[in-house]
Amino acid sequence: MTDQTTDHILRMSGITKTFPGVRALQDVTLSVRRGEIHAICGENGAGKSTLMKVLSGVHPHGDYEGEIVFDGARCEFGGIRDSERAGIVIIHQELALSPQLSIAENIFLGNERSRRGIIDWNRTNHEAAELMRRVGLRENPVTPVADIGVGKQQLVEIAKALSKRVRLLILDEPTAALNDEDSAHLLDLLRGLRQEGITCVIISHKLNEVTAVADSVTVLRDGRTIETLDMAGGHVTEDRIIAGMVGRALDNRFPPHEPSIGEEALRIEDWTVHSPTQPGRKVVDGASLTLRRGEIVGLAGLMGAGRTELAMSVFGRAYGTDISGRIFKDGRPVRIRTVRDAIEHGLAYATEDRKRYGLNLIDDIRRNVSAAGLAGLARRGWVDEREEYRVAEGYRRSMNIKAPGVSSVVGKLSGGNQQKVVLSKWILTEPDVLILDEPTRGIDVGAKYEIYTIINRLADQGRAILVISSELPELLGLCDRIYTLCEGRITGEVPRREATQERLMHLMTKGQEQPS
Amino acid sequence: MSSITPAEAAAGTGAGAGEPGEPRRPGRVSLGGLSLNLRSSGIYIAFALIIALFSVLTDGALLQPQNISNIIVQNSYVLILAIGMILIIIAGHIDLSVGSVVAVTGALAAVLMVDMGLPWPAALAVTLVAGGLVGAWQGFWIAYFGIPAFIVTLAGMLLFRALTLTVLGNQGIGPFPDAVRTLANGFTDGYLGNVGLGPLGGADLFSLLVGLLAVAGMVAAQWRTRRSRAGYGQAVDPVPLFALRMTAGAALILFLVVQLARFKNLPWVLVLLAALVLGYSLLAGRTVFGRRIYAIGGNLHAAVMSGIKVKQVVFWIFVNMGVLSAVAGVIFAGRLNQAGPTAGSSFELDAIAAAFIGGAAVQGGVGKVAGAITGGLIMAVINNGMSLIGSPSERVMLVKGAVLLAAVAFDVWTKRRAGTAR
Ligand SMILES: Nc1ncnc2c1ncn2[C@@H]1O[C@H](COP(=O)(O)OP(=O)(O)OP(=O)(O)O)[C@@H](O)[C@H]1O
Ligand SMILES: [Mg+2]
Repeated sequence: MTDQTTDHILRMSGITKTFPGVRALQDVTLSVRRGEIHAICGENGAGKSTLMKVLSGVHPHGDYEGEIVFDGARCEFGGIRDSERAGIVIIHQELALSPQLSIAENIFLGNERSRRGIIDWNRTNHEAAELMRRVGLRENPVTPVADIGVGKQQLVEIAKALSKRVRLLILDEPTAALNDEDSAHLLDLLRGLRQEGITCVIISHKLNEVTAVADSVTVLRDGRTIETLDMAGGHVTEDRIIAGMVGRALDNRFPPHEPSIGEEALRIEDWTVHSPTQPGRKVVDGASLTLRRGEIVGLAGLMGAGRTELAMSVFGRAYGTDISGRIFKDGRPVRIRTVRDAIEHGLAYATEDRKRYGLNLIDDIRRNVSAAGLAGLARRGWVDEREEYRVAEGYRRSMNIKAPGVSSVVGKLSGGNQQKVVLSKWILTEPDVLILDEPTRGIDVGAKYEIYTIINRLADQGRAILVISSELPELLGLCDRIYTLCEGRITGEVPRREATQERLMHLMTKGQEQPS
Repeated sequence: MSSITPAEAAAGTGAGAGEPGEPRRPGRVSLGGLSLNLRSSGIYIAFALIIALFSVLTDGALLQPQNISNIIVQNSYVLILAIGMILIIIAGHIDLSVGSVVAVTGALAAVLMVDMGLPWPAALAVTLVAGGLVGAWQGFWIAYFGIPAFIVTLAGMLLFRALTLTVLGNQGIGPFPDAVRTLANGFTDGYLGNVGLGPLGGADLFSLLVGLLAVAGMVAAQWRTRRSRAGYGQAVDPVPLFALRMTAGAALILFLVVQLARFKNLPWVLVLLAALVLGYSLLAGRTVFGRRIYAIGGNLHAAVMSGIKVKQVVFWIFVNMGVLSAVAGVIFAGRLNQAGPTAGSSFELDAIAAAFIGGAAVQGGVGKVAGAITGGLIMAVINNGMSLIGSPSERVMLVKGAVLLAAVAFDVWTKRRAGTAR
């Protein structure tokens, strides 16, 4: 093929990148056509993020082998600054915004609009407003980033990229933390950018989005390029991509499950939580719900509906002030005032924000897995290292955590594998009630299936499970019963056979204007 | 232009100097087939090099029996403080007040023993409790009230110095009872008499036996740990590296003991120090409490969400620091045979420097008791060696500052090369 017929803006070839003990990429090739949306798919730890870090200079030239040709020129980036100068901007899996700074300040962070070292606030806010309009972000430029939702924060990142005259925009799992509505908006935005001639590379585990938006898909498996699929014509299906990712066909997205539902395990009545930052605002408002042994219950709601806040406030008041309401465990009223109380009463909460609340990133798998259940692995205050190792190794195998061993540092694992460590940590505490907040965020389809299987198994052991998820298909496929939450209030309770996406969506948005 | 096949590209760039078949391991060096982790063993290698350097510079005076004994006795209190400090730094805090706490507890001990004539064991107990209360006071503000440790202990530094001056006025109190002086300055008796060591002359048999026992205990314990770890499949040092480490450790202990046995037997503070190092190493590495300290320093939020009683743990490590400061206070006063108003000044800086030279991370979550001790000994050897060759004190300070900076820079550098820090 010659340059005339296909105009490639980017060619990466023979990329090999090794970390101590791990070969993350081996002889990877990636060709991206000018002006297309190019998706990269692959299982957790396949090397997607690493490939993009190589491209954007996070792993500088000399740290990897292979060649990068961008826009006809061979590139040897020594750092992010170099790649940004060339017009390549990466938005990482974990957003890198400064929460206390305003939207405008964040957009121009490191790239300040200034005259002789003095920031020109007029120009900053004015240009920010212009960029925000381009990405469809309707907010005041001086609002602190902490005060806007994750979906909007993602838009701030894109506005920031646009301010740098981006030509190739890399998005690493941009929609992982977004609900369907925000995701749809983001994908529309990418289509708009394509119109403007900006090339996008997007990493995503949400294959429906990939098939909806991508022009080509490159599949990575175990650090190698498997294939590049041309999506034109629409004959490439999700199942086709999955087959490339896992090397075999996956018949079912959800394992079959016959629930055997028992006694009530946890009942929450009239639960009200106030915001710690905005006095007087009720984040959760008179919520009541019941979880039974052996049952998998879903909690659906839009971003900001108060799902995480509800879960964290129940879990030992880890969130919120001025909390009122009653908790019954196995039918008896209990007082749960600290996280320790919650754990001792058999509750577990696996966070959605694993880097902030879930893991000690500088420590290894073994000690992260045992962090919450260490008491059970110790005798008279002394840790039984052998037992701890055995247990952690067991989870590494059964959860299929991709790492050379349990002495691997958690911060170096891929996102999905970190998630499995968080799950292992809470399963180890042998909880009666397990609250899973976005348990499959950033997890590939194969591993999702594994995690669903694990959730089913936990339910079959007689545990009550509450799953919080922004992906409605996941709730529909997994849960026996689904509550909907809207603006802090429980607006519905739907058994599995009556649940549909439309019905849930309706309940989740009740109280808002219904779009006609 | 851009139609390059992967094979050509791979051949053409020549990007990697490393062999393609072997993942490169940054931060590691190969020594005759032995692969060493520079980050964790760098400090011990540096210590060995510094000893070698000063042995040459001082014509061997550094390693003379009496000088070794001096180094230990003169630095014991800073090393004791470093043990408490490393726990605080691992948890992500700092304690600037320890110098003043040393002074105030020394003064209290003097008042109790000399002015009030209390029997020394009772006075010692009261002093240690007082140290614990000082730590509890600071731990309360830090853990339960949420004031940063830097501020609380900066205030403590002034408060407890002021208290010392109030108690002592402008003069010292002394002399101390014999028992306290022996603990601070004295040596074990020659319970079993002397033996001849050929050309080395006579040496105390008891000290030698203690040394041999220590070596045997160390090797046995390490071997057991290694075997059980290997037994459940955890990565362990390969046998040659293990043997090298054990030989080096044994040689160090035996050399130390032989030299001390030739001089005046074992200093009591060395016995105390060895017990503290052993005890606190186990506490940090093997107990639930120790694990919690690392978890808190590594990620405070995650620790809270794991049900760790963070406030309690932080409170107790400050109480512990107070008690250890009191121990150091009594020993320091006992060694000078007088409690003085300026006692302990700038000890906090020495203890903090020891911890960081010994590999603690500024952000918390990382560090080892043995590392802090080694860091403290590095400073001690530099102090002692430079004074032996007659360097002026400003030059000693300069070198210590440079060593601290270099040690932390090295740590950051190896971390960056290993790809953890971005
Ligand atoms: N800094 C690092 N040090 C050591 N190993 C690393 C480092 N970064 C990544 N790895 C390893 O490289 C492999 C690929 O990781 P990468 O983050 O690229 O996966 P990914 O495809 O993005 O997965 P996910 O979908 O879970 O985000 C993994 O095995 C990971 O453990
Ligand atoms: Mg990734």
